[in-house]
Amino acid sequence: MKGTLTVKTASLLIWAVLLFAPFLFQDVRSLEVAARIAVFIALVASYDLLIGYTGIVSFAHTMFFGFGAYGAAISLKHIGAGWGALGLGALAGVVVSLVVAVLIGMLSLRVKAIFFAMITLAAASVVLVLAQQLSGLTGGEDGITYKTPAIFKTATKLMVDDDGKVIRLLGVKLNGKLAAYYFVFVTAALMFWMMLRITGSPLGTVLKAIRENEARAEGIGYKVVAYRTAVFCIAAVTASLAGSVYAVWLKYTGPDTALSFAIMIDILLMVVIGGMGTMWGAVIGASALVLAQYYLRDLMEAAAGAVAAVPVLPELLTPERWLLWLGIIFILLVYFFPSGIAGTIINKGDAK
Amino acid sequence: MTGLSELISRAGGVFLLPVAMALVAFILIGAPSSWLTLTVAGLSMGMMIFLMASGLSLVFGLMDVLNFGHSAFISFGAFVAASVLAALGGWLGADSVLLNLLALICALAAALAFGLAGGWFFERVIVKPVYSDHLRQILITMGALIVAEQIILASWGGSPLNVPRPAFLEGSLLIGDASVDLYRLFAFALGALVYVGLHLLLNRTRIGLLIRAGVENREMVEALGFKVDRLFIGVFMVGSALAALGGAMWAGYETLITPSLGAELMVVVFIVVIIGGLGSIQGTLLGAIMVGLADNYVGFLAPKLALASTMILMMLILLWRPSGLAPAVK
Amino acid sequence: MTLLSLQNMQTKIEQYSVLHDVTLDVPEGGVFVLLGRNGAGKTTTLRSIMGLWKPNPGSVRFRGEDITGLHPSDIAKHGIAFVPENMGIFGGLTVAENMVLATANGKFDQTRLERIYDLFPALKKFWDKQAGTLSGGQKQMLAVSRAIIEPRELILIDEPTKGLAPAIVNAMAEAFREISEHTTILLVEQNFEFARSLGRDMAVIDDGRVVHRGTMTDFVADKALQDRLLSLSMFEEEAK
Repeated sequence: MKGTLTVKTASLLIWAVLLFAPFLFQDVRSLEVAARIAVFIALVASYDLLIGYTGIVSFAHTMFFGFGAYGAAISLKHIGAGWGALGLGALAGVVVSLVVAVLIGMLSLRVKAIFFAMITLAAASVVLVLAQQLSGLTGGEDGITYKTPAIFKTATKLMVDDDGKVIRLLGVKLNGKLAAYYFVFVTAALMFWMMLRITGSPLGTVLKAIRENEARAEGIGYKVVAYRTAVFCIAAVTASLAGSVYAVWLKYTGPDTALSFAIMIDILLMVVIGGMGTMWGAVIGASALVLAQYYLRDLMEAAAGAVAAVPVLPELLTPERWLLWLGIIFILLVYFFPSGIAGTIINKGDAK
Repeated sequence: MTGLSELISRAGGVFLLPVAMALVAFILIGAPSSWLTLTVAGLSMGMMIFLMASGLSLVFGLMDVLNFGHSAFISFGAFVAASVLAALGGWLGADSVLLNLLALICALAAALAFGLAGGWFFERVIVKPVYSDHLRQILITMGALIVAEQIILASWGGSPLNVPRPAFLEGSLLIGDASVDLYRLFAFALGALVYVGLHLLLNRTRIGLLIRAGVENREMVEALGFKVDRLFIGVFMVGSALAALGGAMWAGYETLITPSLGAELMVVVFIVVIIGGLGSIQGTLLGAIMVGLADNYVGFLAPKLALASTMILMMLILLWRPSGLAPAVK
Repeated sequence: MTLLSLQNMQTKIEQYSVLHDVTLDVPEGGVFVLLGRNGAGKTTTLRSIMGLWKPNPGSVRFRGEDITGLHPSDIAKHGIAFVPENMGIFGGLTVAENMVLATANGKFDQTRLERIYDLFPALKKFWDKQAGTLSGGQKQMLAVSRAIIEPRELILIDEPTKGLAPAIVNAMAEAFREISEHTTILLVEQNFEFARSLGRDMAVIDDGRVVHRGTMTDFVADKALQDRLLSLSMFEEEAK
């Protein structure tokens, strides 16, 4: 149990850092990083429910994330910057996600896993193209900028002192930005907690049985297709909600932030790096990759500058090539550490 | 009712679907000349996609390996061919059809050779270690796709690349009022040639017999005394080479290519393979032609729906036949 | 003389252990019958011999040569043929193509082909038909023919009578008797009547272990042993 304990401790530590992030790192960029980590933990956890716990490979997770983000964005833009509009938009995203998830699930979860992967990939691409083309609704390539509920405005003062100035706590202004961050933090933590509960519930046990031996689970009497479709729906709804939350944080939604295939690759990388089949791995994977995204590029830039005199190397080390290195790391991970960071630690620690 | 369905199945069954599509489109479009132009465009697009998809389908049928990195070969084929064409610019512009043709052949051969070599490397290094493990297979080939795309970006840069066409394929042929692009005719002819070649290989040779049998039941072929692994690497290499050839043809068709070309086409290739059914060349051709036609017809009738139309086509066919129109017998 | 010798063979399928300890000597010539309840490990034994599953630990020796863990194709080249339970027919290929595939170099030995036609006249009639459209009995004939188109020393046959009509079962028994004059057959069978009519030596597998070895005549004579080793269902089937 030592390994499991290590992983859980590490994950909880990350959550603790996220909880106090505004106070620990008092700059705008760090807060961006923290919020992105929180949202992606929820997103990756919901994806892990599919790939790790059920053995379903879907490439449509960003599509659901996008439904939620665009739902919130369109509603906030056209109805107004209120909680009602936000709720309505998020709900619309959830409904669309559910309908599409049920459709895809019924259509293709019956057949081979590979069919499912291909169909979800095709569906996600079509949605991406549609979002780019239906510019009247989605803003096309440019995306949509909008206002969020007033409490999240940076200018909003949550608490004021006698002079009417915003109060600072440990040097941090208690303003709308802080409120927005904690909105993201709390909703992401809630979603993560839900995922944890699901995997610990009887449903989680059934899913594992299906993953281990489908024919056997079917033989015992579980309706495998129904369970798979249900899980696919749960994951889709969670991704959609995460999308709405992220849309609130960014105050902007466009193909690059909500639908692009790059996000799908990010999610895949996070799941694999963290460890498939362990919810706690999602926390580690999401944190590691988001940190890498923000800071590895800086590092590569420095490295490229340092080797500027050498041929070829600078070309390979430019920050634009960082996906190349991530891809190679990804392949090596899948070969040598298919259970990811969390899985490897758990296996090693528990074996002792 | 049974009489009708029997008549249909005797006349070709599902293989009549493209004909039916063409007929419906003829009525909807109204103008015969536009219809002809679109049909030729659809058929040639279908043939190019067939080139890209056939290898994927066979590789899957034979070894249950789905290579998500397949589209890398499409991109590489396009860029390699474009570079060769650019290098041989003098021949391309020359007045002699022979020189034109020679330049084109060099470009296509370079793409093919690259596909063969790349396919060999890919199968040995990327795919072989994860045979029979679908989850890791999907992940690893996806990872390889990311790396391959980055290599293309690093080698050719991110900005769109111009692809020169050989002079003798420029311009178009006038049939009545309809103008038919020469390049498209060429693409169609080449695709048809490859199909016939593959068909003969699969149905008239012992290797083809082994491949067809292996697609159905690999274990039994092995129990009869043959090593399917060796067969498989051959099929993988040829499949990758055909994808590269398809990419090369596509480059000339688009005349302006970007590194994301492979990823964009991959979706179409997947849809084709799903529609046609995995593991059979006939099914892949059928799917490719249907998607090519649908894309062009819908692109003319309702431009914004072109990609969605192929998706809808796929969904309808899956509802009707969950394993595609003409999959290999398993 | 011993043709095939299995020593302490254990086979795992995924994490489940199916064969615990199979030790068996199959003598050359005639039909050797392997009996046992459903799920006892008979099919796994055949597949482990053929190399389709790897026994570990344990060994498979064929004419004294260790063939454990070889690739199935190499085991086939030693002169072992396999007729699986599902017959392993290539349904999309014609009967002729199925047969050609089983030849070493794509050419038929005419005398062997004539012999097969004599054994199964129906095969000639369906020669150019797609194998997938054949009936169960015809498929089984094709599967057996495929196994003997090249000279073989041992044929592993898994439940050939499953789901076949009685008339075809009789024809099959006749064919097996004929084949076993030249080639040793290791037969897995649930149909006791059929097995009894063919087998000279026999063994019973239960729960992944060989629990009985002997001659068919002795086994048939000992009702108590039959009751103990084989489930009653087998005899119920016989009664039908």
